[in-house]
Amino acid sequence: MNTRNSPRRENTYAGRVGVMTSLHGYLMSHLQAFVYSLGQLWRAPLSMVMTAAVIGIALALPTGLNVLLNNAQQLSGQWGNAVQISLFLKGGVSPARAHELQKNLQRMPEISQVDFISPEQALEEFKRLSGFGDALKALDENPLPAVLVIQPSLATRDHVALENLLQRLRGLQDVDVAQLDENWLRRLSAIMSFVQRGLFLLSGMLALAVILVVGNTIRLAIQNRRDEIVVIKLIGGTDAFIRRPFLYTGLWYGLMGAGIAYLLIAIALFLLSGPVQELSSLYQSKFDLLAIDFRTLASLLVVSVLLGLGGSWLAVGRHLREIEPR
Amino acid sequence: MIQFNQTSKRYPGGHDALLNLSLDIESGEMVFLTGHSGAGKSTFLKLVALLERPSRGQLIVNGQNLAKIGRGKIPYFRRNIGIIFQDHQLLFDRTVYDNVALPLIIQGLPRAEVGKRVRAALDKVGLLKKEKVYPITLSGGEQQRVGIARAVVHKPALLLADEPTGNLDPQLSWEIMQTFEQFSQVGVTVVVASHDLDLISRMQNRILVLKDGQLIGDSKQVARA
Repeated sequence: MNTRNSPRRENTYAGRVGVMTSLHGYLMSHLQAFVYSLGQLWRAPLSMVMTAAVIGIALALPTGLNVLLNNAQQLSGQWGNAVQISLFLKGGVSPARAHELQKNLQRMPEISQVDFISPEQALEEFKRLSGFGDALKALDENPLPAVLVIQPSLATRDHVALENLLQRLRGLQDVDVAQLDENWLRRLSAIMSFVQRGLFLLSGMLALAVILVVGNTIRLAIQNRRDEIVVIKLIGGTDAFIRRPFLYTGLWYGLMGAGIAYLLIAIALFLLSGPVQELSSLYQSKFDLLAIDFRTLASLLVVSVLLGLGGSWLAVGRHLREIEPR
Repeated sequence: MIQFNQTSKRYPGGHDALLNLSLDIESGEMVFLTGHSGAGKSTFLKLVALLERPSRGQLIVNGQNLAKIGRGKIPYFRRNIGIIFQDHQLLFDRTVYDNVALPLIIQGLPRAEVGKRVRAALDKVGLLKKEKVYPITLSGGEQQRVGIARAVVHKPALLLADEPTGNLDPQLSWEIMQTFEQFSQVGVTVVVASHDLDLISRMQNRILVLKDGQLIGDSKQVARA
């Protein structure tokens, strides 16, 4: 509006509103849209709950799997303690020498514990575990060597330190073979990273699904409120003003979706905790399922809200322009 | 206030809704726009409210060349116009109060100020007691008055009315025209499109007659001549 040519300008409200008032008005209009959009959702609770549930399920899947993965990683961390080196001693080494070697090794700072398994004990164990007990009876003498099982100290857990220790042990006079039992751990961690990558892809696809669900819901909401949008455009509502309640609707969907996802995960963990305890007691270990942690929860909330906003932003950007007063 | 300068509007398909229209409407004037349906009355109002843009020629409203108002500026331009529709265009899921408050809320006015202005506007059209009512429960005449209250609540410099008395009985139509007259007396420019010739002739205002998109009668020029 050109002030010189419009003497009535100072009479219109747009001309009188000061900076503070307009800032206040801006915040108020956001608050209004925030509350108003929730009110709109409450009017159709069934469709609101259904949409929020779809979002919740889509988000619960990757988040829940992530929680399980965290649990598995914690478990494999415990197993990480089980990295051990088996020293197979030469055939001629007497039990006394083996015990002396055990004592010497025990004093090394890189080693926390050394267990001695005599050939007889090894044979017993092998008979028990392999099921070849009868076949072994056919042997004249015990083919198994004495073994020293070494637990490296905590400081010696990384690969280089272990490799150094292994070299030194191989150099010992009485040692036939020194073997690091960590292949299965490497495999486990490879499987973990494979699962992690799969989870990442799955999350991406489900995030896309959430955006599409929210976008479609908002598109329908825009079509339902077509008359209202036309009227607001006619009386001078800006695009931002019209966009706002729809964006907040998307935000609400995100919040509710996150809530439902959290609920679903909590229920799933509760249902799983019984069988898991049973399983771990069978392995003589004590393992409690980790609940969903704060970081996961926070990122669930943030991602969910962003996806809700993103979906509604897409829908609003596409469909609001099409509605013009005629 | 409104200046048409060789303005034409041609719709896709070649139909000329307005053809080389040139006229001036002064600030504070009240003007009737008449003619048969299809004569160009609605197009006239749509061009002035920037619902559509001229195909050729110039149009200046409230000192602004409309060709120079970009899409993003249209809402701010419309805030200086009040528009009244034949079908009222009220929002039926909101109370009378909320309907009338809408233009002020769009402009981000403080709540207390909104309350004052809305009640003043409702008082003006005699509907102060109906503020908490939903429009669906009102009669046609009352709905139209709510529409008028909404059109004037933000004190626009220009009031456009498209067949505002279309479905109303003569007595109500007369009262509504009197309300418009009062607005024009306090400086608001009022343009009323209507084919109710009987009503128009009883008012002492300038009359523009359109036919096939062209101005074929202007009572102001007749009076001068």
